[in-house]
Amino acid sequence: MSAPGTAAGTARTAGGAPHADALLQVLDLHVKAGEQPVLRGVSLAVGIGEVHAIMGPNGSGKSTLAHVLAGRPGYEIVSGSVRFEGCDLLALAPEARARAGLFLGFQYPVEIPGVNNAYLLKAAVNAARRERGLQELDAFEFLALVRRQMGLMHIDESFLGRGVNEGFSGGEKKRNEILQMLVLEPKLALLDETDSGLDIDALKVVADGVNSLRAPGRAIVLITHYQRLLDYVVPDIVHVLARGRIALSGDRTLALELERRGYDWVADAATA
Amino acid sequence: MSAGTDDIKALVNRSYRHGFVTDIDADTVPPGLDESVVRLISRKKHEPQFLLDWRLRALAHWRKMREPHWAQIHYPPIDYDAISYYSAPRQKQDGPKSLAEVDPKLLATYDKLGVPLHERARLAGVAVDAVFDSVSVATTFKERLAKAGVIFCPFSEAVRKHPELIERYLGSVVPYTDNFYATLNSAVFSDGSFVYVPPGVRCPMELSTYFRINAANTGQFERTLIIADKGSHVSYLEGCTAPMRDENQLHAAVVELIALDDARIKYSTVQNWYPGDEQGRGGIYNFVTKRGECRGRRSHISWTQVETGSAITWKYPSCILRGEGSIGEFYSVATTTNYQQADTGTKMVHIGAGTRSTIVSKGISAGHGQNAYRGLVKIMPSATGARNFTQCDSLLMGPNCGAHTFPYIEARNPSAIVEHEASTSRISEEQLFYCLQRGIGAEDAVNMIVSGFCRAVFKELPMEFAVEAQNLLAVSLEGAVG
Repeated sequence: MSAPGTAAGTARTAGGAPHADALLQVLDLHVKAGEQPVLRGVSLAVGIGEVHAIMGPNGSGKSTLAHVLAGRPGYEIVSGSVRFEGCDLLALAPEARARAGLFLGFQYPVEIPGVNNAYLLKAAVNAARRERGLQELDAFEFLALVRRQMGLMHIDESFLGRGVNEGFSGGEKKRNEILQMLVLEPKLALLDETDSGLDIDALKVVADGVNSLRAPGRAIVLITHYQRLLDYVVPDIVHVLARGRIALSGDRTLALELERRGYDWVADAATA
Repeated sequence: MSAGTDDIKALVNRSYRHGFVTDIDADTVPPGLDESVVRLISRKKHEPQFLLDWRLRALAHWRKMREPHWAQIHYPPIDYDAISYYSAPRQKQDGPKSLAEVDPKLLATYDKLGVPLHERARLAGVAVDAVFDSVSVATTFKERLAKAGVIFCPFSEAVRKHPELIERYLGSVVPYTDNFYATLNSAVFSDGSFVYVPPGVRCPMELSTYFRINAANTGQFERTLIIADKGSHVSYLEGCTAPMRDENQLHAAVVELIALDDARIKYSTVQNWYPGDEQGRGGIYNFVTKRGECRGRRSHISWTQVETGSAITWKYPSCILRGEGSIGEFYSVATTTNYQQADTGTKMVHIGAGTRSTIVSKGISAGHGQNAYRGLVKIMPSATGARNFTQCDSLLMGPNCGAHTFPYIEARNPSAIVEHEASTSRISEEQLFYCLQRGIGAEDAVNMIVSGFCRAVFKELPMEFAVEAQNLLAVSLEGAVG
């Protein structure tokens, strides 16, 4: 599935064939949470410049996949491999993955009371810059950088001085995630149900933010339950995750078909 | 534990032996406490008769008292007869001769704190004090203060120069009969600080004991007395910001604050006495009595403390709100790591009508640390319309530490409003992972989360102190999260 064109029109079963210039290459990944197998052989290749959507019913393993890629503790990797820019991603600590350019937009961003929003983001930016051998930004340079993106996300200046996600509404939390993403400019952004709980106006703002990150040098993976985000951020490839496996991949029309027919038929196809 | 007991005994005995064998120093008295020791201290300080009499009354009272054991702390018995109650600053030949002789671990800590190099030498007790021009610095301050009419001097100097103020105010907030440690202090206190701010004067600078305490190698029984006359303002900083190198002893200080009509006293402490090592050996036993009295109408006393050091902390900076409409505040961060124990909190005693108090306590426990908040809010029948708000939060790091809360409320006036909020939390894996996912390392992430937890207290500290407090917290929690 190196190019969207190969999937055009027809749904097809998932493949994890090695992909020469993939940014992210997941091969036959098996993961348990406790005793429970959650991912049962996920294979996925995301090429540079591509936008993928991963859809699927509740409990299909979408969030687990995002968390495992970001290095969240609490999961057991049973087998399989993940390469990010050719390196063994699973061997890296979570903070090293982030500094290497992997960003996770959380479904439920956690509140960190008393920690200034701007302070956390500045620390994050500078951690990544140090990694790349760049000079750290001072407060003025940092503010200039953030302000450029704040307008796009319809975020008010007072936002910076508030505690991280402290007392934010659901929509504010999601916009904050996207703001962080835009400021950090990751190579690969995994957005875990960033659209859930957003009204249509907020959804458009978030979509604008995501689209503005779209660039030949990056890739974006949207994890979503509903196809409506995909009206605004049009994916190159759509995957359906069911029962811990990529059951189907296709182009944008697959998402529309899922909306029409639901997920059951895919799950049935996957077990067949 | 018995090994720990032996070590403490050995250390106590060592200093005792030391004083005995050298015995050249006329300023060191043999261990043990009796009238002759008290008389000697008083004579050395050229004290007036009233003060000697006061000390002797305290001693007689102390003999009838018992060490209190109600606090949530455990330690081997202290042998009060093994302590020497008066000893001049240690001889320079006892200290390290150069930075090369100082424990590298200690120097690394100073480095992290950003203490300048010459200051590090000074803090470590290196015998190079003479090269510092601290004397002239102190003089400059003194001139500016004198111009404003502010008296800021060592306690013993105040006794000689302003005996009438001492006689009038000493023991008027913490009487010599107050408690075991305060009574002991009253009998044997060696020195301390004295501040008097005249009516209507806003003290032109923050007063600080940072240097003085560190310069003196001893100082187990200091006494501080601060008087803010009508309409005056003063902010006082007390920093024990360097981990002491080898002290393993009882530290029983007394601080008394008096605020008259419309006066305001802000007292900030960053305490980082030596906490003992990773196994819980050594460290300071800090039994301190701090109390302020809002004697005048609309007076205001505010305590802010950041406690990161000491093996044991037993400390309850309190306010007696006597004046109508007076305000008492207590903001505290107490951290315990390794085997540190802290039992700390405050008492707010509302006597005057319309008095208000605020208590914000943040306890952080890591390692095997035990942290207790103990607070009393007492509303007397006369305190019509009194209000208190208490917020008491505990943060636990790791499975072996503990947090305990003992809030006492006695409301004897039905118009009083007393609110209490409490929480206990852990640094959540989610918060930590969120920071890691943004590329922030684990240690930095923990510091960030802990600082956020303490923010309500840190913002009460003067700017430079707030930075120092954050750095201190970072150093003391280093390695607390594995």
